Amino acid sequence: MQWDIVIGLEIHVQLATKTKIFSGSSTAYGAEPNTQANAVDLAMPGTLPVPNEQAFRYAVMFGLAVNAEIERRSVFERKNYFYPDLPKGYQTTQLERPIVGPGYVDIDLPNGETKRVRIHHAHLEEDAGKSLHEDFHGMTGVDLNRAGTPLIEVVTEPDMNNAEEAVAFAKKLHSIVTSLGICDGDMSQGSMRFDVNISLKPKGSDTLGTRTETKNLNSFRFMEQAIAHEVERQMDVLEDGGSIVQETRLYNGDRDESRSMRTKEEANDYRYFPCPDLLPVEIDDSFIEEARNSLPELPDARKARFMEQYGLNDYDAGLLSGDSKLATFFEEAASQGKDAKLVANWIQGDFSARLNAEEKSVADSPISGAQLGDLVVRIADNTISSAGAKKVFEALWSGENDSVDAIIDAKGLKQVSDTGALEAMVDEVLAGMPDQVAQYQNEEDPKKRKKMLGGFMGPLMKASKGQGNPKLFNEILVRKLGG
Amino acid sequence: MHNKSVAELSRELESGQVSSVELTQEFLDRIKREDSKYNSFITVTEEQALADARVADEQRAAGNATPWTGVPFAHKDIFCTNGVRTTCGSKMLENFVPPYDATVTANFRQAGAVCLGKTNMDEFAMGSSNENSFFGAVTNPWGLNEGNKRVPGGSSGGSAAAVAARLVPAATATDTGGSIRQPAALCGVTGLKPTYGRVSRYGMIAFASSLDQGGTIARSAEDNALMLNVMAGFDPKDSTSIDREVPDYTATLNEPLKGLKIGLPKEYFSDQLSPAMEQQVRNAVAEYEKLGATVKEVSLPNAKLAIAAYYVIAPAEASANLSRFDGVRYGYRCEDPKDLMDLYTRSRAEGFGAEVKRRILVGTYALSAGYFDAYYLKAQKVRRLIQQDFINAFKEVDVLMSPTTPSPAFIQGEKTSDPVTMYLEDVFTIAINLAGVPAMSVPAGFVDGLPVGLQIIGDYFSEARLLNAAHQFQQVTDWHQREPQ
Repeated sequence: MQWDIVIGLEIHVQLATKTKIFSGSSTAYGAEPNTQANAVDLAMPGTLPVPNEQAFRYAVMFGLAVNAEIERRSVFERKNYFYPDLPKGYQTTQLERPIVGPGYVDIDLPNGETKRVRIHHAHLEEDAGKSLHEDFHGMTGVDLNRAGTPLIEVVTEPDMNNAEEAVAFAKKLHSIVTSLGICDGDMSQGSMRFDVNISLKPKGSDTLGTRTETKNLNSFRFMEQAIAHEVERQMDVLEDGGSIVQETRLYNGDRDESRSMRTKEEANDYRYFPCPDLLPVEIDDSFIEEARNSLPELPDARKARFMEQYGLNDYDAGLLSGDSKLATFFEEAASQGKDAKLVANWIQGDFSARLNAEEKSVADSPISGAQLGDLVVRIADNTISSAGAKKVFEALWSGENDSVDAIIDAKGLKQVSDTGALEAMVDEVLAGMPDQVAQYQNEEDPKKRKKMLGGFMGPLMKASKGQGNPKLFNEILVRKLGG
Repeated sequence: MHNKSVAELSRELESGQVSSVELTQEFLDRIKREDSKYNSFITVTEEQALADARVADEQRAAGNATPWTGVPFAHKDIFCTNGVRTTCGSKMLENFVPPYDATVTANFRQAGAVCLGKTNMDEFAMGSSNENSFFGAVTNPWGLNEGNKRVPGGSSGGSAAAVAARLVPAATATDTGGSIRQPAALCGVTGLKPTYGRVSRYGMIAFASSLDQGGTIARSAEDNALMLNVMAGFDPKDSTSIDREVPDYTATLNEPLKGLKIGLPKEYFSDQLSPAMEQQVRNAVAEYEKLGATVKEVSLPNAKLAIAAYYVIAPAEASANLSRFDGVRYGYRCEDPKDLMDLYTRSRAEGFGAEVKRRILVGTYALSAGYFDAYYLKAQKVRRLIQQDFINAFKEVDVLMSPTTPSPAFIQGEKTSDPVTMYLEDVFTIAINLAGVPAMSVPAGFVDGLPVGLQIIGDYFSEARLLNAAHQFQQVTDWHQREPQ
């Protein structure tokens, strides 16, 4: 049987505010456990929440970036359940009146088409703390540093039909929130976490199947694997004549396994009701306009500009505009000279390969955009050969020196481009190789002739001590040998 | 000295007739000697009080005094006090020492007042008789001579009894459904529940957040005004507190009452009220007429729904507010929990008293899937109707007057077996909390030797007018100065 896959996502995005959503504690990651939890975060008796205006601004910016309506009257509710890392015994969140209403995001598919994924809503809420199950000898440790970190939970419509689309959407959302500067996007620290809702239905059917939710995926790769895994699992169940149980599942990416966490019957009754400690927050036009005016360039607009301004093709522009840090790096490099296409090639070639090999992100790169730009300028103006360029790149990466020109001088990588000197060398070399010259001139096949040119290059490079500009040598050779 | 008002004590401290250390010692001695009869204090902070009194005397000598510098008083044990245990009347918080002050606590500290200790209360402010305290019931100083121990009312029964027994001249209190006014009435003292949002709730342990309001208990209206001057005001730590100018509440106490329009809600003079009680209230209203006020009957048509709505909304909020008492971070934790569920269930089963558990159950039920609309949403609709009743009434009159309670102080144990009878104690006070308006209870006579309270209700933020009306009444009556034998 043929199946249609239906996927919807819920994405938790940690907002990059300095302080928590309802208290003045720092949100910085990685501090000693429980050093960033004050009386409010610990839910000490009598303490009260005070909303963080910046979290609202960020949520509004997000809403505007995904073409959504902003709810003018934003209400917080209490979601009641007991858990050791939830100090108040309820999570303060939004249900009936989320701050961001319906919107959409367009994603680019590998086949070059564009697909619209609708956003159902996005709401503001507080993150819980962390329960630590290791190192406590059968007990559980609780770290409340994260408790109260502001989140927006983005809920999509079930508009995606395979893992590639879901990942493309997730990457696009990552690109949007990092471009907006409202999230640091660091998934290894849990700054973005994905829950995937998946169901299958017979191909072409209008009726949605029963869905499962796979929770807390914190990388694009795990998300892709988890979807593939869950689709296969559901297919097996359905094709064996079974039915899918509505449940929440956990996926173990290291083992490519999943297990049921709780079924619908075991689900909590969260007893939502409006939080009486927080009055409804009224958002007025001027607040929204201010947020709109503070919106930076978004990925779609940036891509269009890269094509227009730098003459990049669709593929290069899409790749370089998606990640705001990479985009900034590219622009820094491209602004050093005129050959943006060559900059794009270097970023996608040696630079990306090196980052991947060392599991680094653009932010950790030891080479700045300007340095890479300088390097490309020297390639473009023929100061160095591509072989020389690789040596310069290595020296920059290892921190041997931070000036491209200084490295070129120190390593003697400068090409000889003085045509007079090069012509003299060519004459000398050709004079010493009369047989080869005659052979070349008797050859009719242009392909073979081209190949034979290579035979002169070795002696020429040797004669120039490796510093002759190969492109110029080539031109001179062709001219002297009579085309 | 112990019969003097805050205003008088403040003047005597300023004139040097007495020092704060002497005054503090005298009240501490009285507490030591007398409180075994009442059990109105949970914690007495003798050393801290004397140390604070010495500082206060230095401040007076240096000319840096406020009216409160060196004046002794007490806090209801619901206000967090940095370094001093704050129990909220519960085993759950028997050993809880907050590392922070409530805003109200900080305000009194800032004003130089000397806190003698923390007064007894119904557990988590849930009760109308102060019989629900883990630290034992409080006994009303009135009626002791006839051999029956009577309740002081609740939940601020400790504060009201302590002020009535002259153990302190003033005490803070809180009111969610009548918890200031009912005990003030039953103990023959004056109490004020301000407009919701007038006094910060930060550090005041929550019962029902949308109804809880900190307020004052003292013998005179003037002393209530002095207290409110310290307590009222916007607090950035409480998003529900209101950013609105705070007047000097003592400045308008002596305004004449000529032309004051009084409304008597007919629903509050029903057959629930004994003829003897009604007579006392009508006599008090007659005094107001002599002072130049006019009186008319008004209606609060939805008042009869108040108790039903309240006992959905308040427990619903409480059920969530009390979830933080889970035995994980502070407070009572059961012995040797075998797993997480055991830790939760036994810590809460052993740490909370019966009435608290009853309300958590009621509130949890009212919020449950399938019941939410019928209970919680319906109750909120009723609440808006009740609010509208008051708004309409204040288009016609300046203040409303009624009895504070249907009957005077009852005998301990009389109503403990029937929660609903106990809930009816607040039949005249609860609608005021649902509406959020301010109200006072003022001593207005006696029935069978027991005090009767007159409730005066005002429009939003009309505390100055209420205090003015109460003060003028107290210039021509002496009910508030009667001392229990």
